[in-house]
Amino acid sequence: MSDFLSAVVESWPLFFEAAGRTLALSAVALLLGLPLGALVAAASMSRVRPLRWFATAYIGLVRGTPLITQIFILYFGLTIVLLLPGFWAASIALAFHNSAYIAEILRSGFQSVPVGLDEASRSLGMSWWQTLRRVRGPLAFRTALPSLGNQFIIAVKDSSLAAFVTVDELFQVALRATASSYEPLTYYIIVALYYLAIVLILTLVVNRLEHALSKHRRS
Amino acid sequence: MSAIVSMQQVTKRFGPLTVLDAVDLEVQQGEVVVLIGPSGAGKSTLLRCVNGLEGIDGGTITVDGQQLVQKGRELNSLRRRIGMVFQQFNLFPHLRVIDNITMAQRDVLGRSREEAEARARELLARVGLSEKEHAYPERLSGGQQQRVAIARALAMDPVLMLFDEPTSALDPELVGEVLQVMRDLAEEGMTMVVVTHEMRFARQVADRVVLMADGGIAEQGTPEQVLEHPTSERGRAFLAELGGQG
Ligand SMILES: Nc1ncnc2c1ncn2[C@@H]1O[C@H](COP(=O)(O)OP(=O)(O)OP(=O)(O)O)[C@@H](O)[C@H]1O
Ligand SMILES: [Mg+2]
Repeated sequence: MSDFLSAVVESWPLFFEAAGRTLALSAVALLLGLPLGALVAAASMSRVRPLRWFATAYIGLVRGTPLITQIFILYFGLTIVLLLPGFWAASIALAFHNSAYIAEILRSGFQSVPVGLDEASRSLGMSWWQTLRRVRGPLAFRTALPSLGNQFIIAVKDSSLAAFVTVDELFQVALRATASSYEPLTYYIIVALYYLAIVLILTLVVNRLEHALSKHRRS
Repeated sequence: MSAIVSMQQVTKRFGPLTVLDAVDLEVQQGEVVVLIGPSGAGKSTLLRCVNGLEGIDGGTITVDGQQLVQKGRELNSLRRRIGMVFQQFNLFPHLRVIDNITMAQRDVLGRSREEAEARARELLARVGLSEKEHAYPERLSGGQQQRVAIARALAMDPVLMLFDEPTSALDPELVGEVLQVMRDLAEEGMTMVVVTHEMRFARQVADRVVLMADGGIAEQGTPEQVLEHPTSERGRAFLAELGGQG
């Protein structure tokens, strides 16, 4: 046990830095994935049929192929036209990947808003945009939040695949520590704990937000 | 007297189904018109056409001297002068009562928060719900929710109020409080078109009862004429059925 603890302490600087990179990968994935997902969701609900086709095709394509394949296509596959650093190949692939799931989550959030509320807002003279901003958007977001939080957690864990395109994130550091120390159990457990900590913090943040946004459901 | 609503040859179809077939209807300023008729007669559709929630396939609708267009800014500006009260209340669940009433005042009319809240409080007092200002809709009874919905519509200073079966979703003991608010409103001279099955309300409050059937107006007149001495076949059948139930 004390061996394990000293391994934790000794590896701390390396893992800490790597955790920062894991967070950066996830952040880029979400900061790009959210607006992209929102656009795809908008396309999927559009009155313009080709836009809906595009959304369906996009979601089908992205969800139908493994993330590691998408990362490799961006990193190794595009070298003739574009040399992407591992970090960007991985985070952009993650963004695309998550945007498809986020699009579906947002779409079902919007579909859960009763039509009557839209009509009530419009009948007060609110424009389509005002109604989106004040009524449909906030309500859709409240419904979508638990699933979005879940997707964020998946994104953090999926970012470990960036290890395979040379990014020094958590899992990569664990791989290296294992290779040099021949103690796979120790370092895989340590890295698992780091992921767990990040996920727990994220869960807490999402729960807080959910709580704050569901005041209307409590007395 | 001037017409607040003027419908001319209004036709509305849903696919092959013609719900409104060249309907003519005028509502004068200060008039209370009650729309009755069997289920599927097109009562809701008519109300929804008047504030543009449904587009029409023929004819013209003029409200407050302005012809209704199918979409855009003009439609929005006309809509804010038409209050609509729904069977299902449709309060915004994520907003407190006061914010339900101030949202459109601020976003559409550009009133300041203070102005909007003052107006909201005045209306809440009028519908007897001052103490519920900070409650979320879910915490209110159906009758209270519907009274807030009426206050929300009135906050826009409408020239016309449309009610689509405002008491049909309520427990019987809550119907009275909502009808009372509507009665007061009628007495103050609000122009109203009300779809309802409350025949007592129709008798007491309506200036005119319009009986719809088969995509058109089967009969209209004073409550006394239409409810006691219907002349049309459709009118007799409908009222016989009502009588049979109650
Ligand atoms: N969006 C729609 N799409 C297709 N058909 C519709 C739609 N809305 C209404 N209808 C049809 O139009 C007809 C008239 O409906 P409407 O709701 O206006 O009747 P109503 O007189 O209000 O009846 P009720 O007393 O049951 O409320 C019905 O046959 C209904 O099925
Ligand atoms: Mg109806």
